[in-house]
Amino acid sequence: MKPKLEVRGISYSYHSLEGETLALSNISFTADNGEFLAIVGPSGCGKSTLLSLLSGLLVPDEGEILIDGVSQAKSGVNIGYMLQRDHLFEWRTIMGNAELGLEIQKKRNKSSKEKLHQMLHTYGLGSFEQAKPSELSGGMRQRAALVRTLALEPDLLLLDEPFSALDYQTRLSVCDDISSIIKSTHKTAILITHDLSEAISVADRVIVLTSRPGKIKAIVPISFGGDDIRPLTRRNMPEFSVYFNQVWKELQNHD
Amino acid sequence: MIETHPTLAQQEFIEKEKLHRRNVRVWRTMLLVLLLSLWELCARLGMINDFIFSSPSRVTACFLNMVVDKSIFMHIGVTVMETLISFALVTISGLLIAVLLWSSRSVSEVLEPYLVMLNSLPKSALAPILIVWLGNNIKTIIVASISVAVFGCIMTLHTGFSQVDPDMIKLIYSLGGKKKDVLFKVLLPGSVPLIISNTKVNIGLCLVGVIIGEFLAANKGLGYLIIYGSQVFQMDLVVMSIVILCIVSAILYQGIALLEKKIKF
Repeated sequence: MKPKLEVRGISYSYHSLEGETLALSNISFTADNGEFLAIVGPSGCGKSTLLSLLSGLLVPDEGEILIDGVSQAKSGVNIGYMLQRDHLFEWRTIMGNAELGLEIQKKRNKSSKEKLHQMLHTYGLGSFEQAKPSELSGGMRQRAALVRTLALEPDLLLLDEPFSALDYQTRLSVCDDISSIIKSTHKTAILITHDLSEAISVADRVIVLTSRPGKIKAIVPISFGGDDIRPLTRRNMPEFSVYFNQVWKELQNHD
Repeated sequence: MIETHPTLAQQEFIEKEKLHRRNVRVWRTMLLVLLLSLWELCARLGMINDFIFSSPSRVTACFLNMVVDKSIFMHIGVTVMETLISFALVTISGLLIAVLLWSSRSVSEVLEPYLVMLNSLPKSALAPILIVWLGNNIKTIIVASISVAVFGCIMTLHTGFSQVDPDMIKLIYSLGGKKKDVLFKVLLPGSVPLIISNTKVNIGLCLVGVIIGEFLAANKGLGYLIIYGSQVFQMDLVVMSIVILCIVSAILYQGIALLEKKIKF
C-alpha cells in the first residue's frame, strides 16, 4: 500500500542578511493512511518549519514531499493545519469561524452549512453556534478550531502544538478529546509537541528530532495493544513509562 | 450577576461611587459658572477692558444678534460641511493608501521617509502655496484640512496593519486563502477598532485644518469670523466663534464616539 505521506530527504534553510541558518537537514519519513505521528525535539529544532513545508506554505530547498504518491504542490489535496493558538476571529460567530475555510475556498453552500451544523453539534458546540469566541472556554475554542480545520475535509492534519496554550488540566482533557475525534475520523495526523507524554499518549509513532539543524534522531513505534485506547488511559498503562524513558534517552544522548 | 440582593457593603460602595460622581458633576459646573461670573464681574467693574477682553454678556448679545439675522447658522454650516467633506476624504484615502502600503513592501519602504517628513511638516506652512495654486476658495480649505490629517492617518493605519498577528495570516494561507483573503477576512475586520479610534483623531485634525484654511482663504465660516473679528477689533465676535468652535468639535467627537459604540463587537 502506498503511504499517505512520504517525505524524501528534505532540507530547508532560512536566509537573513546576517547569514544562512540550516533549519532542517535530510529529513525522510512516511506516514500510512490513518496513522498518527508525533514529532518531538528540543525547541528551535525546526519542528514548525517541517509542518510549514508539509502544508506547502514553504517550499523545501532539497528533497520532495509526496502525498498519495504525488508531489505536494501538484497533489491539490486539502491539508488541515491547527496552530498553537486557536485564532478564532472575535468579529465572527463560532459558526462564522467554522466556515472560514469553506468561505475562502468558495465551497460554502446549503449542504456544507448543514454538515457544519452537525459537526458543531457532535462536538458539543451546538448551542454556541451564534456565540462569540470570547464566550467559550479554552477547550471549547480549540474544538471550534478543529471543526474549522475539519470542515474542509482535509486528507492530512497537521497539528502545531495545538494544546500548548492551554493550562495543564484543560490540556490533558482537550488532548484526549481532540485526538479521539481525529482517530474516530481516521485521518492521517502529524502532531508537533515538546511534551513527551503528550506525544506518547496519542501517537502511533514518535519521531525524535535533533537540535538545529533538525535531523531525524530516531523513530520510536508506540503500541499499547489496541487502536481505541484513549490518551488518558494510555498514560496509566505500564508501557507508558517504558516508552517515555526510551524517547527521553533518544532526546538526551547527543552524538 | 448571580446575587439578587446586594450586600450592605456593596450598597455602601455603590452609594459612595454615586456620591463621588455627583460631586464631580457639581464641581465641573461650578467651575464654569465661577469663571464666567468672574470674567463678567471684572468686565463690569472695569478691572479689564471689555472692548479687548469682551465679556460673557457681550458674547451672548453678539450671538443673539447673529441668530436673529441668521448669519451664524450659515457660518457654522460652512465650517461643519468643510470639516465633514475633508474628514470623509481623509478617511477613505487614508485607508486606501494604508492598504496599498501594506500590500507592497517595496512601495511602503520607498514612501516611508516622505510620509514621515510630510507628517511632521507644519501644515500651516503649506496654506499660502495652496492659495496661490488653488485660489481663494473652498478647494484650498479642504486641501489644507486633508493635508493636516491624512499623513498621520496613513501612518497610524499602516503601523496597525503591520502589527496583525502573523499566525492569523498563516491561518488564512493554510486554509487555502490568498493575500486578498488576508485583507478582507483578517486585516480589515480586525482593524475596525483601530480605524474608528483613528477617525476620532482625524475629525479633530480636519477641524484644525479647516480653520487654518478659513483664516487665509474664506469669506464665510467660523475661522473667517475669528480673523475678521480680530481685524475689525470686534472681540465679541472672536470669542463667540471660539466658543462655538469648542461646542462644534465636542459634538463631532461625540458623534464618532456614538458610532464606535454601535459598531463595537
